[in-house]
Amino acid sequence: MTDTAATSLRTTPLHARHRASGARMVPYAGWEMPVEYSGITDEHMAVRTRAGVFDVSHMGEIEIAGKGALEAVQRISSNDASALKVGQAQYAGLLTPDGTFIDDMLVYRMASSHFMLVVNAANAAKDYAWISEQVKLASDAAVVDSSSRYALIAIQGPAARDVLQQLTAVDLSDIRYYWFSYGEVANARVTISRTGYTGEDGYEIFVPPNMADRVWQGLIQAGRGDVIPCGLGARDTLRLEAAMRLYGNDIDESTTALEAGLGWTIGWKKGDFIGRERLLEQKERGITRALVGFEVLERGIARQGYIVTSGGGEVGKVTSGTQTPFLKKAVGMAYVPVSLSAPGTQVDIDIRGRATRAQVVPFPFYSRSRSGPGPLIPAPGE
Amino acid sequence: MPYPTDLKYTKDHEWIRISGDIAEIGITDFAQDQLGDVVFVELPEPGRTIKAGESFGSIESVKAVSELFAPMSGEVVEVNPSLKDHPEVVNSKPHETWMVKVRVSDPKEAGSLLDSAQYDGITRA
Repeated sequence: MTDTAATSLRTTPLHARHRASGARMVPYAGWEMPVEYSGITDEHMAVRTRAGVFDVSHMGEIEIAGKGALEAVQRISSNDASALKVGQAQYAGLLTPDGTFIDDMLVYRMASSHFMLVVNAANAAKDYAWISEQVKLASDAAVVDSSSRYALIAIQGPAARDVLQQLTAVDLSDIRYYWFSYGEVANARVTISRTGYTGEDGYEIFVPPNMADRVWQGLIQAGRGDVIPCGLGARDTLRLEAAMRLYGNDIDESTTALEAGLGWTIGWKKGDFIGRERLLEQKERGITRALVGFEVLERGIARQGYIVTSGGGEVGKVTSGTQTPFLKKAVGMAYVPVSLSAPGTQVDIDIRGRATRAQVVPFPFYSRSRSGPGPLIPAPGE
Repeated sequence: MPYPTDLKYTKDHEWIRISGDIAEIGITDFAQDQLGDVVFVELPEPGRTIKAGESFGSIESVKAVSELFAPMSGEVVEVNPSLKDHPEVVNSKPHETWMVKVRVSDPKEAGSLLDSAQYDGITRA
């Protein structure tokens, strides 16, 4: 990395803390971010069995408010935002007219005519430009990029609730999955959202930047050894085990919501939205390729970009792949022809010149027990 | 971690312990730290001949895969059997965990290896 590149990277309000704590820092989506603290495996296991905290302040926040806010969100989002109550959030695609992904996002309904979209860091500027243009054309609403107003700290894992509860008067048992509330955490005024990107129960906390370190340190201290700081490396292995898509790997402007297996994020009944027409065509015609999960049956790790073959011919590409620390298996995602997408289908993946057997398996690879904190039961066959 | 002075090193972050005509080969603390958690080490079968500078195996961590380059030419006489089930010892004891033992065919190749001070300089560059 050259000095020029280093100085042009953006940093989060927790940057000095990461540095002081010995995190390994890497450039990511234009930011200098911690990739690991104590090690990906250690951090991954902590989140599956206790809890971990993540600095995800690089994520972008875009707010849409005004009389026409709902109409604007309905037009740009794949999902049906009218189904959201104030205080509720939903996962959605920000789609092109072709039904492919400009980005994926969480849509928060802050008030009846006020929404906040949480988007990927790498796409935040592109998203803001796209959304502004669409809203300007069609709706009576203002669009504001409020990314710099928030640090975002995630605490994830079976111990997350008990630890966070020590720092706030908000009764966390009142916040249901994919809902959010307001209150103080470590005396900082925050928004507490019961969401995450790890497949565990947990919270994402929107914090004023100058209070970020206070909240971060508060969570780690309240955890008394049960909460460790985690980097983007573990975030990636955790989300992959839970089969959550990563923009740039598993979804992008060349893949549609239907091909990505995200049909459940499409609000077909809500009326028109950008991408609807093409998705409807595709739905009626039927998709020709699909994003599937696979497990490598032989020794080896199939990584992003590796070629999937069947009968000796190329049929697709791995979009994400790793050896998952909790399941201790090499798993991944790939786009394959629909004829090869049924669970149980065997394909080969070219791992550096060696055809390696892999099998299509259902999503997700890992799913926590729904009864909440307690013994964790991995459900690889689910 | 200081780099042991009884070992030789390469710029590819491997260490070599030479005794007689046998060279033990492993990776350095710097290398394991860069790789992160090691999950697989793929090594040649005993009996195979390897050539200095050429790839003879690979090492996979959770986040990446790296090739292992032969620091010296020779015949692989032994492969560390514990790495198959416990690759993580590469992280915990990098300088004690040899991967292969090679009967070197050209002892003069050792002349181009680095000593611990030279290697230390590389890791700080």
